[in-house]
Amino acid sequence: MAGQLAAVLGTGQTRHTSRRLDVSMAGLCREAIDRAMADAGTDWADIDAVVLGKAPDLFEGVMMPELTLADALGATGKPLLRVHTAGSVGGSTAVVAASLVQAGVHRRVLAVAFEKQSESNAMWALSIAPPFTMPVGAGAGGYFAPHVRSYIRRSGAPEHVGAVVAVKDRRNGARNAYAHLRQPDITLESVQASTMLWDPIRYDETCPSSDGACAVVIGDEAAAEAVERPAWILATTMRTEPTTFAGRDQVNPRAGRDAAAALWADAGISDPMAEVDVAEIYVPFSWFEPMWLENLGFAAEGDGWRVTEAGDTALDGRLPVNPSGGVLCSNPIGASGLLRFAEAAMQVMGRAGDHQVDGARTALGHAYGGGSQFFAMWVVGAAKPGGKP
Amino acid sequence: MNTDIAVVGFAQAPQVHRTSATTNGVEMLVPVFQELFAATGLTRRDVGFWCSGSSDYLAGRAFSFVSAVDAIGAFPPIIESHVESDGAWALYEAWVKIRTGEVDTALVYGFGKSSAGELRRVLALQLDPYTVAPLWPDSVSIAALQARVGLDRGLWSEKEMAEVAARSRADAAANPYAQLSGAVDVAALLEEPYLADPLRTHDCAPVTDGAAAVVLAAGDRARELCNRPAWITGLEHRVDSPVLGTRDLSRSPSAAAAAAAAGIDGVTVAELHAPFTSQELLLRRELGLSDAVRINPSGGPLCGNPMFAAGLTRIGEAAARVMDGTAERVLAHATVGPALQQNLVCVMEGRS
Repeated sequence: MAGQLAAVLGTGQTRHTSRRLDVSMAGLCREAIDRAMADAGTDWADIDAVVLGKAPDLFEGVMMPELTLADALGATGKPLLRVHTAGSVGGSTAVVAASLVQAGVHRRVLAVAFEKQSESNAMWALSIAPPFTMPVGAGAGGYFAPHVRSYIRRSGAPEHVGAVVAVKDRRNGARNAYAHLRQPDITLESVQASTMLWDPIRYDETCPSSDGACAVVIGDEAAAEAVERPAWILATTMRTEPTTFAGRDQVNPRAGRDAAAALWADAGISDPMAEVDVAEIYVPFSWFEPMWLENLGFAAEGDGWRVTEAGDTALDGRLPVNPSGGVLCSNPIGASGLLRFAEAAMQVMGRAGDHQVDGARTALGHAYGGGSQFFAMWVVGAAKPGGKP
Repeated sequence: MNTDIAVVGFAQAPQVHRTSATTNGVEMLVPVFQELFAATGLTRRDVGFWCSGSSDYLAGRAFSFVSAVDAIGAFPPIIESHVESDGAWALYEAWVKIRTGEVDTALVYGFGKSSAGELRRVLALQLDPYTVAPLWPDSVSIAALQARVGLDRGLWSEKEMAEVAARSRADAAANPYAQLSGAVDVAALLEEPYLADPLRTHDCAPVTDGAAAVVLAAGDRARELCNRPAWITGLEHRVDSPVLGTRDLSRSPSAAAAAAAAGIDGVTVAELHAPFTSQELLLRRELGLSDAVRINPSGGPLCGNPMFAAGLTRIGEAAARVMDGTAERVLAHATVGPALQQNLVCVMEGRS
């Protein structure tokens, strides 16, 4: 890891649901922030800076909402930085907040990410046709379905693997009090009987549209040692590649592979499957679990679906993936990445409640965005990294 | 960790009233990157970190920065980030990234096609969406309220405001990128009608399309890339409350706090991102700049204000004075938000 040590001191999130009509955007953010501050045992005077992440401003109809939210974010009079890196933005928000500590600029930084999709209309926001650009006209599901079909063809995966992921994540979500979708009784048969939306993606294999927010307090070594059980940040990475070019592998993008390789190297992890205890991976459509298992190096290319099918990614499996229920259960887009990062931290802090993975010591948080082209990741651990200055 | 970080290159697109380029910035950015690569000897593969600033609302679409990545040629994949703000804040993120020691170079860019919409109305969408934005108070009208507060308190006069405009246009004559330049008569300016009382056209930055890019480098790498790097000695930013009714609009506490934290003593040149003449006068008071400090030798934003690149342009223009040896210690300022809500101050100096 570059720079000085940094750790997660506390996390907070909102109850996620389709329409949080009981709160404004400020109220939504503050619900997550107040929980994170309480979890970190931190007061406003201790916060040196605020980093806000969210996906496109058109999703709420507010230009640079961090400006009008400055008071609610506790940022007035302090540095406030706004990050936007498409769907990976929640992850990038955590990475940037961590770097402010690692760079020795600040001692404690508050990272906040939110999306309040009910304020506007995401389909409208994604359907504007700019000049000289061929519109996809398919929404996110229509965009990614061919990638999934290509994965199935390349790997020879049986068609039910997507449903296996959906059942696992929705049942996990039922153990998470904050999750938008909580479906303890979902079955393979019910998922396979749900409407086919974008072949091969069925309705029950897609993420919901959620209102929600997440907040994380990140501190330096001294701040981390002052709290009971911090999540030490072992490594962070970000990578980007263009949306389209001839020969681009959209199923197993190089930007993701490069990011993962750099992440494992920085964290001192040589065998991720053996050394990582739990992974929160950005899976908005069920099939992305096996696809990202391969992209991240947890499975060899073509073998990700075997890991999923064998139950290794279940809550009691070799590598529990998305014990929180993941994006398939809650998708406040701009916050979804930070939720993955926060849930990873909660696991190694032992604060994941009913979806806690026993003995989790090392955890991955992962986010991706755009046309599978923006990646942000971190690895957090219960143990303080040794030998670091 | 890298603690010695400098600006080692700066390039910009012409600050035109209306470009035929798309809103994603690619056509404006490609020549700017080429100019930087030629000046520094870097190639795109040498750049450790890329960071940009832009606005989807200005572009009239979601994810405009995603297409801008096409200006880079980002394969093999790059380490990259984006702020939904002026490129000056992208420079801040890049400066932090270099400080961590993870990389030793960064290319920062900002772009904006302000002409794509009705800028003053677009900027109204930065206001509180529940109680203020529905009234559509546009950015020029809010700046006019701010100017009026200062006039009523005797902090500045309409004549001083016109003098700022005249000085800026005269200085811009030496800036080939400026949209407006030339000799104007202060008395004649004051005969012009109001655009939004007390602001006249000359008090307001022109609607401008443009782009800018800056290369940062650490330590010895900076010295390799540039004969006289502009070393960053202070880089700070702060934000004020969004509630216009609770702010004293004649003040900018966030600008003052950023300047105090950055340490601006001894600067001889200041590039201030003041899109309105009254805001320059406000900032000079708030930052405590004496009359000896040369303000906006480039002509400043009153002669060309490419949204989301203009703050980064101030850093580039100020750094250029150090890199070409005409100044020792300089200040650059950037702002976003209504009535100077959020402010950044960057102090740079040459070293022999």
